[in-house]
Amino acid sequence: MKAQDKQIGAPMNRVDGHLKVTGAAKYSAEYELPNIAYAVLVGSTIARGRITSIDAKAAEKAPGVLAVISHFNSPKVPGFDTAGKDPSQPATAGGPIKIFKDDKIRFNDQPIAVVVADSWERARFAARLVKAQYAPEKHKTNLEASASEAFLPTAAKKNPKHPMNDYQRGQADAYKTGAIKLESEYVIPTEVHHPMELQAITAHWEAPDRLTIYDKTQGTMATRRDFAREWNLPEENVKVIATFVGGAFGNALHSWPHESAAIIAAKVVNRPVKLMLTREQMFTMVGYRPYTWQKLGMSATPDGKITAITHESIGQTSTYEEFTESTLAQTRMMYQSPNVTTRYRLAALDIGSPIWMRGPGEATGAFALESAMDEMAFMLNLDPLEFRLRNYTDKDPENGKPWSTKFLKECYQLGAERVGWNKRQLKPGSLRDGEWLIGYGMGVGTFGAHRGAATVGAQLLPDGTVLLQCATTDIGPGTGTAMTQIAADALGIDPKRIRFELGNSSFPKAGTQGGSSTVNSVGPATQEACLALKDKLRTLAGAGNAAFASAKKEDVTLADGYLTLSSNAAAKVSYADLIKQGGDKAVTVEAKPGGEGQKYSMYSFSVHFAEVRVHELTGEVRVSKLVSCADAGTIINEKTAGNQMKGGAVGGIGMALMEAAHIDDRFGRYVTKDFADYHVPVHADSPDVQVAFVNQPDPHVNALGTKGIGEIATIGVAPAIANAVFNATGKRVRELPITPDKLI
Amino acid sequence: MAMNPEHDAPAGHDEARRTFLKQSSLLTALAFVPAPVVDAAAANLDEKVAGAIEKVPLKLEVNGKKYKLAVEPRTTLLDLLREELNLTGTKKGCDYGQCGACTVHVDGQRVNSCLSFAVMHDGRKVTTIEGLADGDKLHPMQEAFVKHDGFQCGYCTPGQIMSAVACVREGHAGSDAEIREYMSGNICRCGAYSNIVAAIQEVKNGGQKV
Ligand code: FES
Ligand code: FES
Repeated sequence: MKAQDKQIGAPMNRVDGHLKVTGAAKYSAEYELPNIAYAVLVGSTIARGRITSIDAKAAEKAPGVLAVISHFNSPKVPGFDTAGKDPSQPATAGGPIKIFKDDKIRFNDQPIAVVVADSWERARFAARLVKAQYAPEKHKTNLEASASEAFLPTAAKKNPKHPMNDYQRGQADAYKTGAIKLESEYVIPTEVHHPMELQAITAHWEAPDRLTIYDKTQGTMATRRDFAREWNLPEENVKVIATFVGGAFGNALHSWPHESAAIIAAKVVNRPVKLMLTREQMFTMVGYRPYTWQKLGMSATPDGKITAITHESIGQTSTYEEFTESTLAQTRMMYQSPNVTTRYRLAALDIGSPIWMRGPGEATGAFALESAMDEMAFMLNLDPLEFRLRNYTDKDPENGKPWSTKFLKECYQLGAERVGWNKRQLKPGSLRDGEWLIGYGMGVGTFGAHRGAATVGAQLLPDGTVLLQCATTDIGPGTGTAMTQIAADALGIDPKRIRFELGNSSFPKAGTQGGSSTVNSVGPATQEACLALKDKLRTLAGAGNAAFASAKKEDVTLADGYLTLSSNAAAKVSYADLIKQGGDKAVTVEAKPGGEGQKYSMYSFSVHFAEVRVHELTGEVRVSKLVSCADAGTIINEKTAGNQMKGGAVGGIGMALMEAAHIDDRFGRYVTKDFADYHVPVHADSPDVQVAFVNQPDPHVNALGTKGIGEIATIGVAPAIANAVFNATGKRVRELPITPDKLI
Repeated sequence: MAMNPEHDAPAGHDEARRTFLKQSSLLTALAFVPAPVVDAAAANLDEKVAGAIEKVPLKLEVNGKKYKLAVEPRTTLLDLLREELNLTGTKKGCDYGQCGACTVHVDGQRVNSCLSFAVMHDGRKVTTIEGLADGDKLHPMQEAFVKHDGFQCGYCTPGQIMSAVACVREGHAGSDAEIREYMSGNICRCGAYSNIVAAIQEVKNGGQKV
C-alpha cells in the first residue's frame, strides 16, 4: 500500500478480525491463571426484607468447596465504610449495593452469598445447598401501581439548572387548547441488554494490596477507580484488563455486585477467582432499560405546523440508586414548536438498578415522540415525511444556538429513495400481498455528539513499526481498527505497521466507551499523538542532520527502516540511530474538547425507514426492509460503521417486536429467565439492513469531523416499525413490544 | 394509565409456593448430580475419596489431538473444553442450548456443547474453532467473516462460524432466507446478521471445499 493512500474512510478489515475468527481473542473469563477457583452466587428469593439466617453447612462440606461467604463472615471491605464516597457513581443520588455488608434485601435475586470451589461443577452444586431464611417486607415492583409516588430526581431538586428539571418554552401544556390535538400514552417494558458474553470477571490479588481484574467493562479507568475506592487502595495498585469485551450495550457502564463479590472471594481464598453470571442473573443484577410510562400531547395547525408539545415520563429506578436518562431530550430540540413542556419523574421500586441501554433514554423518548408525529400526520392527512419537513429546525429551538452541522434532510432523502417511500399510501391497509398487509413507517433519532478528554501514547519500535496505547475499550464497534486508520493517515504509513493496544487501565487514560463518544474523543488524541511522535523524531533527526532541523513535521516520512522527508528523499536517518538517541520513548498526548460546545449545538442525526409485512390472520410482523441513514460526521470506516448501524437497527427490531422482561409482581421476581422467554432478534428476524451515511465532516466536534454512531443506530427504529405497522393495519400500538396478540 | 395493581397473594399461597420452589430447585440439583456425589457431600468425605468417586474416564479427540481424561459425569462438553483443555474459543452465552455461542462439531455434526455432557461423546472427534484453520491458513469461512465483517464484539463468532460451516455442508445455504432459517440458532446480539449471511453466501458460491 502506498503511504499516500488515505485510510480514513477506507473499508479496512478489522485489525482484530483474525483473533476473533480463530477463537484466540480472550474475554474476561478466559485467562489462564495458576490455581484458579470458581465462584457462584446465591441469590435472595424475596424482593425486600432482611436475611435472618443462612445455613451454609452442607455447602461448606461439599467436595471442592473453598469458602461460602455472606454478610455473616465476609471480610470488611474498607471502602464500604468511607462515608460519602460511593464506590461507583453513575447515579444521581444514592449508591450501589455494598455486597455482603448487611442483611438487607433490596431486590429479588440480590446476591446473599458466594460459593467458591475448585471447579464450576462443584461450586454450582454447593451453591444450591445454601439455605437462607428471611423476614420479608411488602415489596413494590410495579411502576404503574407506584406512579402516584413518582418524584423529581434529587439532582434536579438540588440544582435548578440540572437537565432533569421540568422544561418549558412558551406556554405550559399549550397543546390542550390547540385546534388539532392528540394526547397519547406510551409504555416501554423493561428491556435487558443481554450481550452474548455473560457478565464475567477474574479477580486476582497479586499481593495483599495489589489487585488485577480481567473484567467485562466499558471503562477500564472507571472500574479501576471503583474498586480502588472499595478497597482504599491507590489507583495504581489496581489493574483492570478488558482487551476484548463480548458486547455490553451499556450494561458494563456500572460496577456491579458480582464484581465486588469475586474480588472479596479472591481475597478470602487467596487464589485467583473466576465468576460468570448465568443468563437468569443477567436479568436481575446488571441493569436494564427501565420500564417507562410516557404521555405525549401535541397540537398543530391544519397546514401542519406544530404549535405545542407536552411530553411527560415516569421511569423506574431502584430504591437505593436514582438512575436517570434523557428520555425527553429529543422532544425539546427536534421540531420547531413554540410551546414545549417536559416533565421527567422516577418511581423507586424493589428491583435492581437500571443502567443505560443502547440509545438509552433517547430511544425510549423517541418511541413516544416519533409515534406521536406519525399520529398527528395521520390526523392532518399529511405524509409523515412532509410533516417532519414542515417542522424542520435550522437552529436548536431549545437554546437558540446554531447546529454544528445538521444534514438530516439529506438523510430523509437518501432513506426515502432506498425504501421506496413513494409506494406508501396515506390510507392504512392499502397495500397487500396475499394475506400479508404491507406498510411503511419512519422514525428519527438524535444523540449529542459528545467528546471527552483522552490520552494516547505513541512509540516508535526498533523495527520501524509504531505502537499506540490507550485505556479505552472496544465492546464491538471496532475502536482499534478506526484508531489504526486515523494513525495511518497521521503517520503516513501502512496500517499494518501500526499496532493500537487498548482495554488496559495502565495505558494512557481515556473515558468510558459509552454515549457514542469514543471516536470523537480518542480519535483526536490518536491523531495528535502521531503528529507529536513525528515531530519528536524530526527534532531528534535534526540534531545531526540539517535537512530535518529545518523541515516541517508534515514533511516527515516514516519509510521502511529510516526516517526521510517527502520534500527531500536524500535526507535519511535510520531508526536504529534515532532509537539510540531515545527515539523509542513513548510520546503521550492528551486531546481535549475546546469551547465549541458553548457556541454550537452538536448532535448526530439518523432516520430509519421500515417496510413491514403483517399477516392478516395471525398478526405476525415481519420487517421486510429496514433502511438506516445517518448524519454522523466523518465516517472513519464504512465497513465497521455500517455494521454498527445494522446492529443498532437489529436492536430496534427487538425493541419494537419482541423484547420485554416481565416480573410476577406477587413475588417481585422476573418470570423471564432466558432466551426462551425473553426473545431477541435472530437471523430469521433480520432483513438485509441497508445503511447510508451523509459522510459530511463536522468541523466543530473535532479535527476529524466525527459525531458518533452507536446510539443513533437504534434511536428511532422502534417507532419506524410501529408506524409501519399502523400504515399496514390501521392499528396503533403504543405499548411495546408489538406482539401478534396486540394486532388480532 | 393502565391499571395493574400489585396482587396481594393470599396468605399461605405465598409460603406454599416458596416451599415448592425450594424443594423443586433442590430436586433439580439432585437430579443432575450422581448419587455418590451427594453422599460424599453429606458424609463430608475426604476430598480424594470424593474425587475418585466423582470422575469417570473419557477418551476424546479434539482438533486432531487425542485426550485421555477423567471427568465428572455432570461436566458439559463446553466446560470441559473451556476449563480443562483451555480451548476458550468455544463460548458460553447461555448454557441452555438457546444461543449457539458454544457450537462445535462432533463427528462433523454441529452440536451445542453446553447441552451435552462430555461423557456422552466418548471416542468421538470434536472440532472447535481453534481446529478449523489449516495451520496458519484460515478456513474459507473464517476468511469470509473477516472480509464481510461478520461480527462486532466477536463473542458469538466462533459459534456462528462453526454453524455456518455446517450449514453449507448440510446443503442449507441455498438462499439468504434458507441461511437465515438454518442459522437462527446462533444469536448475534451485536446484530451482524446481514454481514454473516453475506459471508456464508460468498463461501457457498465460491465453491471452495468447506
Ligand atoms: S451456550 Fe450453548 S447454546 Fe448458548
Ligand atoms: S459479534 Fe457480538 S454477539 Fe455477535
